[in-house]
Amino acid sequence: MFDVLTRILRTGICSEPLPRIETEQAANLQQRIWAVLGRALCIRQVDAGSCNGCELELHALNNPYYNLEGAGIKFVASPRHADLLLVTGPVSVNMEEALLRAYEAVPHPKLVVALGDCAACGGIFGESYATRGGVSRVLPVDRVVNGCPPAPPDILRAILEAAQGKRQALAAATAT
Amino acid sequence: MAEFNATPDFSGAFANAGALPSNVPCRLIETSREQWLRVAEALRAAEGMLLALWGHDERDGGQGFLVYASYLTAQGLLVARLCLRNGDERFPSLARLFPCAVRMERALHDLLGVASDQDDERGWLRHFGWPREFFPLRGENRLQTSFPPTPEPYPFVSVEGEGVHEIAVGPIHAGIIEPGHFRFSVVGEKVLRLEERLGYTHKGAAKRFQTLSLAAGHRLAARLCGDSSVAYAWAYCAALEALSATVVPPRALWLRALALEHERLANHLGDLGALGNDAGFAVGLTQFSRLKEDLLRLNQAALGARYLFNFVQPGGVECDLDPKWATDLPRFYSHLDTELEQMRSIYDEHAGLQDRFRGAGVLSTATARRLGALGLAARASAIPLDLRVDYAIAPYDRMRTKIVTQDAGDVAARVVVRFQECLEAMRLCQRLLEQLPSGDIHSAPRVAPSGALATGIIEGWRGPVMVALQAGPSQSIRHCHVHDPSWQNWPLLEYAILGNIVPDFPLINKSFNLAYSGQDG
Ligand code: SF4
Repeated sequence: MFDVLTRILRTGICSEPLPRIETEQAANLQQRIWAVLGRALCIRQVDAGSCNGCELELHALNNPYYNLEGAGIKFVASPRHADLLLVTGPVSVNMEEALLRAYEAVPHPKLVVALGDCAACGGIFGESYATRGGVSRVLPVDRVVNGCPPAPPDILRAILEAAQGKRQALAAATAT
Repeated sequence: MAEFNATPDFSGAFANAGALPSNVPCRLIETSREQWLRVAEALRAAEGMLLALWGHDERDGGQGFLVYASYLTAQGLLVARLCLRNGDERFPSLARLFPCAVRMERALHDLLGVASDQDDERGWLRHFGWPREFFPLRGENRLQTSFPPTPEPYPFVSVEGEGVHEIAVGPIHAGIIEPGHFRFSVVGEKVLRLEERLGYTHKGAAKRFQTLSLAAGHRLAARLCGDSSVAYAWAYCAALEALSATVVPPRALWLRALALEHERLANHLGDLGALGNDAGFAVGLTQFSRLKEDLLRLNQAALGARYLFNFVQPGGVECDLDPKWATDLPRFYSHLDTELEQMRSIYDEHAGLQDRFRGAGVLSTATARRLGALGLAARASAIPLDLRVDYAIAPYDRMRTKIVTQDAGDVAARVVVRFQECLEAMRLCQRLLEQLPSGDIHSAPRVAPSGALATGIIEGWRGPVMVALQAGPSQSIRHCHVHDPSWQNWPLLEYAILGNIVPDFPLINKSFNLAYSGQDG
């Protein structure tokens, strides 16, 4: 136990400031998310045929450097608890139905972010008998993050921007 | 493992075995239907292992369908080829001798429409996204064909008995994990049976390869399994370089090995954190994910990217290592070494963690051998199998890599193997830097003769990754098959979970951490 505590103390806090987004400080946005939702922005991630590279960078977002939860954002297990669906992969036909079901389960206004080149446009896999060629072929997409895989700060920025863009919609949804 | 010509039977069977270009000793043998099985039997008897099974449409060349099986033997890779002529669409199943063949044969049927004579006729890669009679790898079928989904049932094997019920999990899981379906038959909390269903991330890779040039294929190979992109791209490039007799400059090989060991290290660090977390020790995740991030940032600075998707290129590597890293990297390793030792003693002495790790998900040596376990999972069940030693290619032939094994075959053993392999990987990196040859990092790939076939094989962090590559006319890809060791190792999990409780599944599953996309292709 003593070892563990020493280690935690010695490591200290290594979180870095949030990335700047176009129009405002991310820190302000965090307050606004709170003002609107009264809680964290909840994300359900769906791997719709990714190579797992995009997932690895999402894991990285949860490491202490990026301090995701400190930004008022967390990943949740159920789409029913989610404000935002974060989708990776070119949408394999074998995952299409599961993706659509997850989307159905997300409450309005159903933010969707397509993460990575594959989700954006099919990437190197394109459109085929086995892939639909990007998330927008299957669902309305609010924001796209390019990269293969995109770096964690880019992912964070896109999530924050998507939330910002839909703030009013989110406010309306929570008001009703 | 088996030796070529080890028994009198062998010499007959292998009389017409010719050399096949590869980065390891490799031979190709043409077989008749009977020989197809005789070769397999002889190899089974001599402890050879079935690695990959794939097929190709050669009807336009007048040959029919070709079915290939590759085996790991003590003297190298042996590839057996069976030609199905005159509209023949059936071949003898290898599943009786090598149980791991079952799913590979089902996948081959989905893609090429040639069936083995095994009983399980359910689709593996084909769920309901394309029609039963559409076989993508047949020459007449185009990659860009789109079908509406037509749902059809998938009968899982059911377990009958008093108090038995089923739990269905997936394809979408609770965390940020790749998709797959697990069907548990349980009594109370105890697992009586687990049946896996995978294939959800199938992206038509084999057909997609056929639309690429040889010079571009490594980009797709690197994107089939994001956590193993260096191993995949290297295996592809090794096959291409063998095919075209391209000599890679030594410096490039050393840098590839450095990248491969960094990949091993990054995955092990990630897994060690996740395993702590799954056993209720969140500090483990925080600490290890921080260490992993340090390594990824170092990759970015030293090798040009956090994840080295583009690092391995045909003929060499993408970028050179600045001389300053010859001292800066070792400094990082020794720092990481100390951190790992500390975390190791925290893990070892944490009663709660050890209680969850020990005795959970035991895979006995006998079961591992019977099922053909590969890589890390095999080593944690006392099977010393590591191609960095067994088929030591340059630069591993100068590294004296230590094979890390553990006897217990439980989660704890797979944790210890990861800890020790991290230390060994850093020792290797250190040596690679000390011996780093000077010179070019790239040589221009030469022309690959149309129709030629080659293989490339690399020990990735999970186990051996194999690529079989055939050149088409004008430097195109005629066919390319990529094999992930998860084909062998997924069935192990179905055994390791037996008798354990359902809540331990995430931990046991994580301790194997097998590929979905890499296997689905
Ligand atoms: S965008 Fe790149 S990293 Fe992400 S799933 Fe596609 S291939 Fe993998």
